[in-house]
Amino acid sequence: MTTVPQTSLSLRRPERLALNAGLVIFVALYAAIAFLQPNYLELGLFMNFLRRAAPLVILACGQLYVILTGGFDLSMGAVATLVVLAASILINGDPDTTWAVIGALYAMGIAVGLVNGLVVTFLKVPSIITTLGTMLLVNGLALAWSGGAARGDLPDNFRNLGRLVWRDVPVIGTLPLAAVVLAGFVALVWFGLNGTVYGKRALAVGDNPRAAELAGTPVAATRILAFVVSAVSAVTAGILIGGFSGVSVNAGEGLELQAIAACVIGGAQLLGGRGSIWSAVFGALSLFALFTLLNLLGLPQALRDSIQGLILIAAVGASTWRIRRRT
Amino acid sequence: MTTDVVKPKPGLSVAVLLAGLSIGFFVVVALATGETAQLSGQGVTGLLQRMVALGLVAIGQTFVILVGSIDLSVAALISAVAVLASHIMQGDAAMMLPAVLLCLGLCIAVGFVNGALVAYGGINPLIATLGTGLVIQGVLAASFGALQGSVAREFQVVAYGGVLGVPYSLLLLASLSIAAGLVLDRTLFGARIYAVGGNPDGARLAGIRTERVILFAHMVASLFAGAAGLYLAARLQSGTPWIGRDGIYDLESIAVTVIGGTILAGGKGGVAGTLAGVLLFASLDAGFNMLGIDAFLKQVLRGAIVIAAVAVHAVRARGHVA
Repeated sequence: MTTVPQTSLSLRRPERLALNAGLVIFVALYAAIAFLQPNYLELGLFMNFLRRAAPLVILACGQLYVILTGGFDLSMGAVATLVVLAASILINGDPDTTWAVIGALYAMGIAVGLVNGLVVTFLKVPSIITTLGTMLLVNGLALAWSGGAARGDLPDNFRNLGRLVWRDVPVIGTLPLAAVVLAGFVALVWFGLNGTVYGKRALAVGDNPRAAELAGTPVAATRILAFVVSAVSAVTAGILIGGFSGVSVNAGEGLELQAIAACVIGGAQLLGGRGSIWSAVFGALSLFALFTLLNLLGLPQALRDSIQGLILIAAVGASTWRIRRRT
Repeated sequence: MTTDVVKPKPGLSVAVLLAGLSIGFFVVVALATGETAQLSGQGVTGLLQRMVALGLVAIGQTFVILVGSIDLSVAALISAVAVLASHIMQGDAAMMLPAVLLCLGLCIAVGFVNGALVAYGGINPLIATLGTGLVIQGVLAASFGALQGSVAREFQVVAYGGVLGVPYSLLLLASLSIAAGLVLDRTLFGARIYAVGGNPDGARLAGIRTERVILFAHMVASLFAGAAGLYLAARLQSGTPWIGRDGIYDLESIAVTVIGGTILAGGKGGVAGTLAGVLLFASLDAGFNMLGIDAFLKQVLRGAIVIAAVAVHAVRARGHVA
């Protein structure tokens, strides 16, 4: 794709606003965490926070691509579960096969993304139904394959992707490998949206597909690519989760809704047309900071759901109110 | 507009086609596996009884989808109602009426909050109802230790009793379906629902208070979810805080509604199609059981069928869907 050197001013403004919303919430929540646990201000603990938040941030970035084009991807969590289960079955403790298997995992993810994209664009099934179908399908496949229980084994060189932490790194002290993966992934998806023409196309398709089509945008290709990016991010997140917390049959459960929630908290608009990669990044970091904060407060697990629900409604309500006031 | 086939009532044809397919599948599988007992009156009643819980939720879901909204909080509400009913009754028949009334009151309140957030708050319905669902689920799971009990034996008649071989639960589903169908087809409220879903700006210009219609649609959806919760409580004797979520009633009710020809954008569809979608799910379930397909493979097939069933009528749509 060709590079677009200059962004128009009118597009830049909402992007900056979205950045502010997500960032402000994140800083406020992180400040609250630091107030309760001052050592969270140390770089080492912040790096650890980033490491644990990495899968959610990566998922949110992928989900953002689909949200920008006006759809939803509910199959992400199932893909992450499939990745964790498939990796442990295929590698089965043999470190030599790790990289080949990771390649195979990405191939599976891309296949799921292509199916989602093709069904939405050519069979005209709404994405919420399509990806609900693939969610059931992929989850069922993963469980049927593994027999409904975790089996196989993940070798250290696979698990290190999620849990390795380099010590004695100059300047910053400790550096988790997952944070490097996270930074690399965010840079890639940022470039995809801001460095290529794809970002403009995605916004145009999400805002008004008919108008975008008349203006010559390849609507189908734009949509399909968004689902592929989303699936690829689910695979990446799955690999980190597998390394970080090991193999389980519900590794990815509920992650798709968290990813959607993260994008929305960061200021992305459901049904398309508004949002930037920073909505996803800071939305996800905010959500994860919220989880951490509720954990520190010692609330029972169940009530955390309730507070997450309230924050979700409040965040979207606030952004709706801002948009209403501006127009 | 276009000159393709004359479609007198598109919603109904989808319903008839789906129902025919479901019944055909059920009969063929029953004959092929030699389980002809499934085709007796009792077997068919069993098949129809599989429809009750999902059917009730899905009728409510049809109302909100018709106005162009959606309700993801139904699963949590079902659990809440089931737990609350068994907690209040504690096996005491005298507490049946207060328990049912309190549950329905809770449903009206939840529906009101959902509807107010969507219609007056302008919050995207997916997020608003996901949020209220999370709130309910969290409060429920946190307080479940203090909320135990079981429904009265007399209350279980709802799930297990019947007249002339027809279970009360089926009669309940049938009468509520007919009532819902009549409301949508024959009343002013029904006409307003279609108007608001089809073209909200047009409806507002025509003098309809669109916000109020959306609010009422959400209350209807919550009440139907509550009915499903009460039925499940009667069937299982006591509610647990996860019966709604484990049944995936939120996503499945949306799936069967869309399979039945109601479009997500609103304004088109109806109860008949939704019930046919529920019948499809019920006969698939029963058929897979007869064939002895394992639970995971069942889920795979279900996923594929959801997509295929919607694709069959969505593929003809012009323009883009998201």
